[in-house]
Amino acid sequence: MVAGMQPPANEPGAQVEAANIKLAVRDLSISYGRDTALGNVSLEIREHEIFGIIGPANAGKTSFLKSLNRMDMFNSDMHVKGEVLFNGLNIRKLRNIYALRSRIGVVFPLPVGLPMTIYDNVALAPRLSGMKNKADLDVIVERCLTRAALWDEVKDRLNSLGSLLSGGQQQRLTIARALSQEPELLMLDEFSIAVDPVTTMRIEDVLKELKSEMTIILVTNLVQQARRLADRTAFFLEGECVEIGETEDLFTDKVKDQRTNDYIEGRFG
Amino acid sequence: MFETSTLNARNKQVQRLVRILFLLMTLFLIVPVLTILATLVVKGSSVISIDFLFTNPTEGMTAGGIFPALLGTVFLVAVDLVIAIPIGISAAIYLSEYAGNNWLTRVINLAIINLAGVPSIVHALFGLGAFVLFFGFGTSILAASLTLAIMTLPLVIVASKESMQAVPQAFREASWNMGATRWQTIRRVVLPNAIPGILTGLILEISRTAGETAPIMFTGAVFFTPFLPQSIFDQTMAMPLHLFVVATQVPGVPEDLPYGVALMLIALVLFMNALSIAFRAWLRGKKKW
Repeated sequence: MVAGMQPPANEPGAQVEAANIKLAVRDLSISYGRDTALGNVSLEIREHEIFGIIGPANAGKTSFLKSLNRMDMFNSDMHVKGEVLFNGLNIRKLRNIYALRSRIGVVFPLPVGLPMTIYDNVALAPRLSGMKNKADLDVIVERCLTRAALWDEVKDRLNSLGSLLSGGQQQRLTIARALSQEPELLMLDEFSIAVDPVTTMRIEDVLKELKSEMTIILVTNLVQQARRLADRTAFFLEGECVEIGETEDLFTDKVKDQRTNDYIEGRFG
Repeated sequence: MFETSTLNARNKQVQRLVRILFLLMTLFLIVPVLTILATLVVKGSSVISIDFLFTNPTEGMTAGGIFPALLGTVFLVAVDLVIAIPIGISAAIYLSEYAGNNWLTRVINLAIINLAGVPSIVHALFGLGAFVLFFGFGTSILAASLTLAIMTLPLVIVASKESMQAVPQAFREASWNMGATRWQTIRRVVLPNAIPGILTGLILEISRTAGETAPIMFTGAVFFTPFLPQSIFDQTMAMPLHLFVVATQVPGVPEDLPYGVALMLIALVLFMNALSIAFRAWLRGKKKW
């Protein structure tokens, strides 16, 4: 935790129970031009939980993630309204937006192995933050690749091109790269789309371990994946957050909204 | 199930014909290139020697070598690159990575297209008015290279911009998501991937610059001078103008001399291109793209 990201103790909302809220979203709306992608979503994500988001295509899941690390700044079409508090601080009012992004790791649906060596892929984030010492970088690269369950496969060819790895390996490389940021929040956007089932299970095991160190938002179109991993899950549908609950509740008759039930049972979507 | 119908047969025939047609059109492209090169080699190679490259023209330019012109063109290209590379690549970075979709960007793009369309003789007159007279550089390498640089900037900008825009957006977003600024992203992700395309643009730029006659005629290149340029404020001889002079302006030139000069001009351009291509290949090998 870096000084300056902590909420001041005297600020309202910084009570004891709020201390383990990692991310609070209030009345978040996202629109592209005239099209609304997400309307009036309010939710809270606790520290060290895996928060699942399920829902069919076009539900606003990816837009939601993008708004959390202010990627809307790079898209003049995308308009975000509402409040997002990261560690109790409003991210719209942060002066150092780059520090926010460096605390949030992102994994995309399709693996993005940057066209540089495997080593450079993982060392990029530390280098961006000014680290130059080769020995320190070596340690980070080995640790992150190990934790992403990729080290054994690539340790003998760290200097070959990251973008030439297979899809599943590239996705684990992307995860290693995200981990090299030492993120407080890890956001995964349908990470298993281009990954084989065996690799998916390995990554899922990694995520379960990572939970003790960081908060994870898992967007997935596989409801069973949410069930396996997520502590709590939200169901998004056509820009609306239909329901948020303990993941197991959504799969039992404790589910509150019929639409959630229909989606989970596979009756649409 | 797999018998050939008449329709299949006809489609196959048409496909074969079309393929041959396209091949012929492509081969047609090679004909002028080969003809030019063959003519120059056959008629011009007899005059080429080490002496020809490294001595001054003598006897009213009907004999001797081409050294001042050769050196002058190398000078002109070098100064032109010093001007065009920083301006052109900076502009390309701005247009590709920073510019929003607004009226300013549209005006700039329109200006670039128009600049590319201006005839070189108009550039020459502009260079004469602006650099030679207004800025007072006189007829000099500097004035000529500035004129050449302005004329060839659109090439550099368009090639660099396009090669940067060919870098997938996902790469940028991955970098931004890690907390990189736009500039960090450009330097570490976009430029390394765009450099081969940028170099291709520079190769085109060099060829164009080395071969242009009109823009340098009024701004820096002279008919004849026995002196080699000492600074960028000196006048100089240049290969394309020298070729024009020995081919049309001087009586009594032996017939093979102009062919020899033309051959050397082409060789010079190809040599400079080969350097850039080798540099590009070296970069690729180093970065393993």
